[in-house]
Amino acid sequence: MGSTLVSNHIRKLRFNHDEMTQQQLADRVGVTRQTIVALEKGNYSPSLELAFRIARAFNLPLEEVFFYGENT
Amino acid sequence: MTYQEKKSIVSLISTILIFGFYCLYMYPQFPEWKVESTETFRFWGSFVLILMLISIVAHIIISIIFNIVYRITTREIEPKFADELDKLIELKAYRISFFVFIVGFLLAMGSLVIDRPSQAMFIILIASGFLSDLTGSVTKLYHYRKGV
Repeated sequence: MGSTLVSNHIRKLRFNHDEMTQQQLADRVGVTRQTIVALEKGNYSPSLELAFRIARAFNLPLEEVFFYGENT
Repeated sequence: MTYQEKKSIVSLISTILIFGFYCLYMYPQFPEWKVESTETFRFWGSFVLILMLISIVAHIIISIIFNIVYRITTREIEPKFADELDKLIELKAYRISFFVFIVGFLLAMGSLVIDRPSQAMFIILIASGFLSDLTGSVTKLYHYRKGV
């Protein structure tokens, strides 16, 4: 249980996008703030749909937001 | 600590308190072990029905109070919907709760097979219901803290 192999740059990207808050990102992609917290901590791997929605919120392709474990 | 974690803790504590106080209140009326009568069945039937009613009402009231206190203390509005993480955690909690209850149910049936008094069966059933509720809340808390 705990950290997953799918990691992400969400935290960094939020700050690069006018210091977007977790709540703002959560509202934009339609989840609760708790889910964004879990994603940033690496405690949860999102569904493909949510991953695409997050990538779209940053105007980036999926693989620039999420990456698989061996790239860490 | 997030809203969901606090909610799980509140749910855990309220489940223990409601069940504990209800059992303490009903304890003097417990029927004798040796006596097997329709009164015994009536007692346990009403025990379960009243407990269910009280716990539903109490959980609603506690949930309302918790949301008010949460909003005042954190100045955050509680989430109005359950997203995919919430639903996944909910499913895991249901699965473990269900498993605990089924084990209790089998033990209760087993107690009848080995000729224990029918009261033992009711007590095991009620205890397994309580434990399954408890494990559900603990599972939610665990997954919200440690991840899925």
